[in-house]
Amino acid sequence: MLEIAIGIIIGCCALGAGIAAIAGIGPGIGEGNAVASACEAVGRQPESRSAVTSTMLLGCAVAETTGIYALFIAIMLIFVAPNMFVNVLLRAIASIG
Amino acid sequence: MNDKTKFRLIDILLIIGMILPLAAAMAVKILFTPYEEGIAVHGALVFFTIPMPLQELPIAESQINSWMLIISIFFFCLFMTHGTKEKADTKRQHICEWIVEKTDSLVGENMGEYFKGFSPFVGAVLALSAFSSLLSLLGLYAPTSDINIIAGWAILVFLLITYYKMKCGPLHYLKSFTEPVAVMLPMNIISEIATPVSMTFRHYGNVMSGSIISILIAAALQGLSRLLLGWLPGVLGEIPFLQIGLPAVLSVYFDVFSGMLQAFIFAMLTMMYVSSAFPADDYAARQARKRKKNA
Repeated sequence: MLEIAIGIIIGCCALGAGIAAIAGIGPGIGEGNAVASACEAVGRQPESRSAVTSTMLLGCAVAETTGIYALFIAIMLIFVAPNMFVNVLLRAIASIG
Repeated sequence: MNDKTKFRLIDILLIIGMILPLAAAMAVKILFTPYEEGIAVHGALVFFTIPMPLQELPIAESQINSWMLIISIFFFCLFMTHGTKEKADTKRQHICEWIVEKTDSLVGENMGEYFKGFSPFVGAVLALSAFSSLLSLLGLYAPTSDINIIAGWAILVFLLITYYKMKCGPLHYLKSFTEPVAVMLPMNIISEIATPVSMTFRHYGNVMSGSIISILIAAALQGLSRLLLGWLPGVLGEIPFLQIGLPAVLSVYFDVFSGMLQAFIFAMLTMMYVSSAFPADDYAARQARKRKKNA
């Protein structure tokens, strides 16, 4: 029984990490739009290339934030959460029996 | 030998001061890291803990590396700037002046006239963040892939933001939370707290995810080379040939480019948040009112 419970915990953590990574779609679209607009701007005014590039990088970094949150949650779910939840389960069993 | 290009004893001492802390950090890493089979993903190694009233204070690898890096950068600055003259005649001084001019113009462009004195702080943040990320090239644990270090910097920036928001007095600061309408109060408080949190996670997440992806790819290549080239006789079968080359190419992106970019972004966001936190118009009006009262 305990093996099944631990298996469910680990499996659900992996599943949750995969679902969290779906959030990568948003920043992908956002950064794509930002870079496309930056390319247009450079095409229209090639002399403002450096200013446009630095502004674009900053905007990309800000747009990336939600993706980074999702990534952080995914990494926590893979590397930290299974251990923690299994410990919680074992402690609960110990306190019951 | 010409006096201009003479390499004096103090230069050698300062260069030793630059290299010694990093060598000490590497020695500590080699001596205290426990041996592990295979490749594992783990956080910073905690060397020892200091008992404190509220909670034990752990002294981790990232803190040691960070302090060693600070000492090293300090000696680097001394090496670059000692013996400067009014008229630049050495290459070293030209490089220094170029760096200072670039930082000044960056700060001037982004923060305006009032914050001209901020360029040393921004330069320090930029240098510390960039060199911290680059520390992983020496095989050391990069302090930027530990969330606590970045959180410390972000809290420092948050304090600066709050200080400049309070420039018109605490009442003005508290009133700014209810700015468009009073209903927005919880939203404003959340967005206030979200600033340091998002700054922390952005930098930390980028650097740490890069290092984790590098580790995973290195492990995968090891397995792959054992699968494909394991039939080679003797010691040749043990050597992971596929690990040669590709991790280095990835490291150029994940360690060098990503680290530099995040350092730049952290500094840019620091400048933007601090300069936009300062209520320039209200402050000017307040100063004018004060002057009128005194006159």
